[in-house]
Amino acid sequence: MKKNNKLFLQSSITYGIVIGCWVLVQILSATGHMTSLLKGILVPLCIYSILAVSLNLTVGILGELSLGHAGFMCLGAFSGAFFTKCMEGSISSVQIRFFIALFIGAVVAGIFGFLIGIPVLRLKGDYLAIVTLAFGEIIKNLINVMYIGLDSTGFHFSTKDTTSLGMDSTGVVIIKGAQGITGTPKASTFGIGVILLLLTLVIVLNLINSRTGRAIMAIRDNRIAAESIGINITKYKLMAFSISAALAGVAGVLYAHNLSTLAATPKNFGYNMSIIILVYVVLGGLGNIRGSMIAAVVLTLLPELLRGLNDYRMLIYAIVLIAMMLFNSSPKAIEMRAVFMEKVKKNKNAAKEAA
Amino acid sequence: MAMLEVKNLGISFGGLKAVDDFNITIEKGQLYGLIGPNGAGKTTVFNLLTGVYRPDHGSIHLDGASITGKKTIEINQAGIARTFQNIRLFKELTVLDNVKAGLHNHFRYSTLEGILRLPRYFKVEKEMNARAMELLKVFDLDGEYDYKASNLPYGKQRKLEIARALATEPKLLLLDEPAAGMNPNETAELMETIRFVRDHFDMTILLIEHDMKLVSGICEKLTVLNFGQVLTRGDTAEVLNDKRVITAYLGE
Repeated sequence: MKKNNKLFLQSSITYGIVIGCWVLVQILSATGHMTSLLKGILVPLCIYSILAVSLNLTVGILGELSLGHAGFMCLGAFSGAFFTKCMEGSISSVQIRFFIALFIGAVVAGIFGFLIGIPVLRLKGDYLAIVTLAFGEIIKNLINVMYIGLDSTGFHFSTKDTTSLGMDSTGVVIIKGAQGITGTPKASTFGIGVILLLLTLVIVLNLINSRTGRAIMAIRDNRIAAESIGINITKYKLMAFSISAALAGVAGVLYAHNLSTLAATPKNFGYNMSIIILVYVVLGGLGNIRGSMIAAVVLTLLPELLRGLNDYRMLIYAIVLIAMMLFNSSPKAIEMRAVFMEKVKKNKNAAKEAA
Repeated sequence: MAMLEVKNLGISFGGLKAVDDFNITIEKGQLYGLIGPNGAGKTTVFNLLTGVYRPDHGSIHLDGASITGKKTIEINQAGIARTFQNIRLFKELTVLDNVKAGLHNHFRYSTLEGILRLPRYFKVEKEMNARAMELLKVFDLDGEYDYKASNLPYGKQRKLEIARALATEPKLLLLDEPAAGMNPNETAELMETIRFVRDHFDMTILLIEHDMKLVSGICEKLTVLNFGQVLTRGDTAEVLNDKRVITAYLGE
């Protein structure tokens, strides 16, 4: 059927963009055109893109405003890093540990997404947004007071300080409260990031264009009608929410293994982070997966590329934000875009007829 | 056996008895009308039948099985589908996807099969597309299958809602003011469609309607509600000439 081909084409374009970017980066670094600044930002680009795509599943496809996405990223980061630290002795290969950590991060974040989703998804609109915001903060703050150590007798847990763990001489502190986890191997590379981003895209796009995705979008568009045709509201809401959380967990693991020290600060896992991810989603277009990915890349690159302009950096950033918002959402701009597309179509047809 | 048998159905909101002691028996294949003045409780009856509200008392039997007090999705799976007074389509989805959403419980594959694009996904999706197009053809919507539902003209949106309801393969179809906001031509066409649905799908239909031309044109039996209570019931012509119905609803 024609429609399926169109969907296939759309998804292929999205995958193509990602692969194209990867090739471009390879060429640039091979010819020595990569600055160290750009090199440092490659993995974060993948992380933010994954986060934006996964949050779009909750906000754009399920239609529920979630402000706690950074919390799930935080869970993924800490559970993944915790695993790599614990298994330092038993699994020598960093790569294998990292891959298992990715899996663990996704599962832990997914399970928490599910558990938090049960009460939270009973709420709607602003109320849901506020409660997810609270959960995000709770996760971050809980990790901030958590001390976990490992010695010959097993794990020790405390919420006070390292001495209260009461470990013997072989003890190693793994999570050290506000100082977090230190000494995680730097296993994240741009290649792995791109592969994970592609995987995220495959999961999200295939999910949307399937029976499940249709049910989720039906709930978004009209809950009462969806119920009347026999769609299980709770099941599909929870499913979308936990898949979204699990993918954020993957981004978290990637984040944790990109730095040598992992601590839960307001800057990386706090409220601000959730808002920034939401900005990517809203600017890229609600429900527009490719758009949120592009918005994440543009808005992460922009402040870095504008570093030379010093004080004017944030000013330009703000102007770009406003311009993108107007271009994407203002009725006038949408109308103008439609007129423009019509013209292009007409020219194309005219050219065809002439030929 | 009757397709739908409702006995002593009632619900109150606060002190107001919205529906009280409501009885109705609909035989298989009947085209049944529910009429009455605004606020008489017609839509409340629909909401009770589809599990949106839980009745305070009374019983509902569909095709012999009790569906009293069940949830909306269970009732849909038991075989009641409905349309809404204020159209409730999945606005952002295409016309085809609206109907495919209705097919949700009849064409199954797991989420994992969908994500991994296993062979079953392609097979079931193909069957779904074929079935959905078949339904759209019945309502003359197959030409617009890739339109966004919200871009359809009003009359076609109403039809799409019926198509989506039929996709769930119900035994009983509830239509809540299907002709609301339609011009006389569209109404005439709708009457044909409803009759066709009954004959083609061998469907039992209960409809709420204010358009007396439509009611007298296609309904075989009527029940008249007034202030939450049944005023009278019987064959259409008989009921419409009833003195009480004329006073309470139709006017001299």
